[in-house]
Amino acid sequence: MRWCSARWVLATSLVWPLAAQAPTYGLGRAAKPDEIKAWDSAISPDGKELPPGSGSSAEGARIYAANCAACHGKTGKEGPNDVLVGGQGTLNTNKPVKTVGSYWPYATTVWDYINRAMPYNKPGSLTSDQVYAVTAYLLSLNGIIKEDAVMNAKTLPQVKMPNRNGFIGDPRPDWKSH
Amino acid sequence: MSKSPNRRKFLKSAVLAAGVGVGRAQNSGDQQPPPDDPTKVPGWPARAYGERSRFEKTVRAPSSQGTSSGAPLQDLNGIITPSSLHFERHHSGVPDIDPRRHRLMIHGMVDRPLVLTIDELKRFPSVSRIYVMECSGNGFRNKGAKTAQDAHGLVSCSEWTGVPLALLLREAGVQPGASWIVAEGSDAAKMTRSVPLAKAMNDVLLAYGQNGEAIRPEQGYPLRLFVPGWEGNISIKWLRRIKVVDQPYMTREETSKYTDLMPDGKARQFTFEMDPKSLITYPSGGQKLGPPGFYEISGLAWSGRGAIRKVEISVDGGRSWSDAELQSPVLPIAFTRFRFGWKWDGSETVLQSRCTDEHGDTQPVLADLVKARGDHWSYHFNPIQSWKISADGSVQNALV
Repeated sequence: MRWCSARWVLATSLVWPLAAQAPTYGLGRAAKPDEIKAWDSAISPDGKELPPGSGSSAEGARIYAANCAACHGKTGKEGPNDVLVGGQGTLNTNKPVKTVGSYWPYATTVWDYINRAMPYNKPGSLTSDQVYAVTAYLLSLNGIIKEDAVMNAKTLPQVKMPNRNGFIGDPRPDWKSH
Repeated sequence: MSKSPNRRKFLKSAVLAAGVGVGRAQNSGDQQPPPDDPTKVPGWPARAYGERSRFEKTVRAPSSQGTSSGAPLQDLNGIITPSSLHFERHHSGVPDIDPRRHRLMIHGMVDRPLVLTIDELKRFPSVSRIYVMECSGNGFRNKGAKTAQDAHGLVSCSEWTGVPLALLLREAGVQPGASWIVAEGSDAAKMTRSVPLAKAMNDVLLAYGQNGEAIRPEQGYPLRLFVPGWEGNISIKWLRRIKVVDQPYMTREETSKYTDLMPDGKARQFTFEMDPKSLITYPSGGQKLGPPGFYEISGLAWSGRGAIRKVEISVDGGRSWSDAELQSPVLPIAFTRFRFGWKWDGSETVLQSRCTDEHGDTQPVLADLVKARGDHWSYHFNPIQSWKISADGSVQNALV
């Protein structure tokens, strides 16, 4: 059977046809609510897993300077690692610049990734407030939110990223076989 | 045979002396030469954990940043990549995990959220399967690469042992409306990818074994997701959590990365399957042929969509093609070893291979891919690889 990538995107609209089942093997134990809460940190585009807390761009600027600027540059454009700011309007040119502002389709992913894996040498060291603040700062530097906007579990999922509709499925094999 | 204490003592000390002597010779810093005639001195005694001959030197090639290392494809035989030489790719280093403390949690849209230890997981019915694993970015724009390892080394093939994920999902009881899972690792990147539920229920494994022993740390010890045929990074290593959900979570590794920009500015997303690809590993870049005469061209072919049906060889730069012999076993989503007898006349030429999988998809030339996708894509790079043979027998990368 061929598993065509485009079909997986369509699959999101399908319902998995499973009736209620009883366990067969009875191994392992029930996950406790507090265990689930402690690990349930992946943030969906609708933001339902976002924790309480909030942060502003001004607070984020200070946190960014101390924790992020060494790798991503003073204003997010200088590197040496991934460029985070700028590039809007370049994706269909000969020199596309893929950044948070020009390429990332969801603001929730910014929060998720900073919270998950950054700073590289001290992942998980920022508080929820600090992650909201750095996210606000990056969105503000990219001109996506106003400088005084406050990011929290309610406002962040509502942010409309410029490249929100920039992703498509994949039609491969897309080459002609000789 | 005499069992006198003196004789036993003598034998014991002789074996110990030999063992200690050879043991020293096994250390890399020791240059003690081997005996002129190995039939004239006893060898070393049995060892608890084997290692290769000290004369074998092939190694992986770690990248300058240390985030990946390519397998030395040009030095490998058959279809199985030794675990020590299996390519690596990780996003925040290789974590050091005590399996006794490791837990797998399954939660989200399930009737019974579960926590399992590794020992509990291993009590489920398991399967072993030989599968290729290829990094999404393997081979991209490899014009500067000299060897098969440098150009295409982020692919390997192992026997993986694990529990079908479908068993665990049924055990937890997937709820109506669920359509994806989110898998998360316990490395410093907490690497996370979304996988369609239909694939998860089909052939995905929770793998704990590799080539007969525990999965190596670089491959996700003590537990990894194994998603057959799909780009490597979706097979989340050091797996600690599976959440059953109703949408893809659009993680960084499926939006910002591992997506391909097309000329119109749109980006292709969720390109899961690795395309059919083949590669001549002998002769290949950096190697040198001897005098004109017979050579066996050999290489590897694979497809993330199934079994390889055909590999063709050109020894004249793509003007003519002949079928190579496919060596058994020819397994779906696994390395297939191909061989082709060739008499080199000593003149300059270009060697190429191209494979066709069970769906009839044939490996393209680079120009066809550029025509279809432009210049700003980077993943799933599978064009025909060319190796130029010079008149002096030297072999160079000539990707065209």
